[in-house]
Amino acid sequence: MSFQRYDYDVIANWIEPGERILDLGCGDGSLLRYLAEVRQVRGYGVEKDPERVLACARNGINVIQIDMEEGLAGFDDGFFDHVIMSLSLQAMHNTQGILKEMLRVGREAVVSFPNFAYWRHRQAILNGHMPVSKNLPHQWYNTPNIRFFTIADFDDLCAQEGIAIHERLAFDEDKVITDEPNFLASVALYRLGRSEAPTG
Amino acid sequence: MKEQQSVGIVVPQTAHFSDPLPLKSGGVLPQYDLVYETYGTLNAARSNAVLVCHALSGSHHVAGRYADGGAEGWWDNLVGPGKPLDTRRFFVIGVNNLGGCYGSSGPNCINPATGKPWGADFPFVTVEDWVDAQARLADRLGIERFAAVVGGSLGGMQALSWTLQYPDRVAHALVIASAPKLTAQNIAFNEVARQAILKDPEFHGGHYYEHGVVPTRGLALARMIGHITYLSDDAMGQKFGRALRHDKPVFSYDVEFEIESYLRYQGDKFAGFFDANTYLLTTKALDYYDPAFDYNGDLVAALGRAKADYLVVSFSTDWRFAPSRSREIVYALMHSDRRVSYTEIDCPAGHDSFLLDDPQYHGILRAYIDNIRV
Repeated sequence: MSFQRYDYDVIANWIEPGERILDLGCGDGSLLRYLAEVRQVRGYGVEKDPERVLACARNGINVIQIDMEEGLAGFDDGFFDHVIMSLSLQAMHNTQGILKEMLRVGREAVVSFPNFAYWRHRQAILNGHMPVSKNLPHQWYNTPNIRFFTIADFDDLCAQEGIAIHERLAFDEDKVITDEPNFLASVALYRLGRSEAPTG
Repeated sequence: MKEQQSVGIVVPQTAHFSDPLPLKSGGVLPQYDLVYETYGTLNAARSNAVLVCHALSGSHHVAGRYADGGAEGWWDNLVGPGKPLDTRRFFVIGVNNLGGCYGSSGPNCINPATGKPWGADFPFVTVEDWVDAQARLADRLGIERFAAVVGGSLGGMQALSWTLQYPDRVAHALVIASAPKLTAQNIAFNEVARQAILKDPEFHGGHYYEHGVVPTRGLALARMIGHITYLSDDAMGQKFGRALRHDKPVFSYDVEFEIESYLRYQGDKFAGFFDANTYLLTTKALDYYDPAFDYNGDLVAALGRAKADYLVVSFSTDWRFAPSRSREIVYALMHSDRRVSYTEIDCPAGHDSFLLDDPQYHGILRAYIDNIRV
């Protein structure tokens, strides 16, 4: 998963200096490194892949090698200010479980994901092929993605699970999309919280 | 890839300490010797020292060879020019712990008060006592602060304990294949090993030196039990399986299965050079280690004093010091706001994996150690 700068900047803008941050699926740790630089966060990354764990060690990032599909049982309630999952939710089996865990151990969760309803993706399907794009770079037979969902779907899930959407930003490349994001945006970023009164 | 070399010929040294060392048991060692080796050069700022702590059967001989031959140091694959703990950058120290049998004061040494071997009268020593003694050696060598303290298994407990006993004197701790305290099952294995020694007719209450005998049967049994727990089921199965010496059962209690042959060989070899009293003392040190004991079992509270950064490593097939035990350390450190990284290495060799040079394992160690500033 490649990060673009606008991703970093949006996330950095949601974070106060000195916060405790947990980055789930932290890759080589470059986001945490960026957040340490611009927000002086106390950050920890969770990563399962050995190569990426090694890259984190080289980058001097605190990385914890566990399988987050098994939950975050070792992490105390509310320990983190923000728990981030950047462009990884679509590769998780236990979608509801991990969202619940993120909001258990974090005050807020930050989630970004590729919008499968992006117009170019719809076009690809209409043309008879699974979408392949900058944000969905894999072929259908080797993609790590297993959950194919849209901005509209995620909004529904949040409502169902009683997750409060504190903020949502949608992008096409690095352009903010405000009109028809479910059609025009390729990526969405959410700032989520525990709902005062769950509706689900 | 950097070329890896040996540290070459090494010479052990002895430091004598005449200031009494108060022990956790309440006892005192009036005077003592510590045998140690060093590799590399202490820099002018004295900021590049790394202490390597040994486990149950290890010693100060961490790397290199002696001029008169003998075995390579027990962690030679880690320590040397171009190796993950690079002696071109770091000044590395190995120390034989108190109560040991490789030259540091221990049960097989003469008790100055009696002129006879200490034997069972050698006081109980703990992980904390070892760290205190190591700190005095560091003072002697002019080392104010270690760039890192490194250890596997019981050595990892010492590395962790260093950061709690001397928080200002350790920058990084590498805690490998270790645990914050032993489980009941783990203590149970130690107890069976100890009973094997204590019940050996040649143990003589620990004063076997005076009888000119050694409780080799008990010590060999203790080692056999230990050895089983240091290997994984898979590793043992792959190495020995059910291979039979005579290709078919011969209905005898002599060696038939290859695993029996291996265990007997390992046990006998070990009993030929290791001291039974040291084995007893060291397993008790393992059992007693519990930094959270004085904090009502709250490890996060116990780690509150720490100031170091940590790398914690476990091995997927290690069931004696299972990954879940390492994760206890990791989560407690994280919740104490310490910088900590954790990796679980997929290596088939069980607890003994920490002594191997699995590429992912050594890659992580190298990456972490390369980032240590001196």
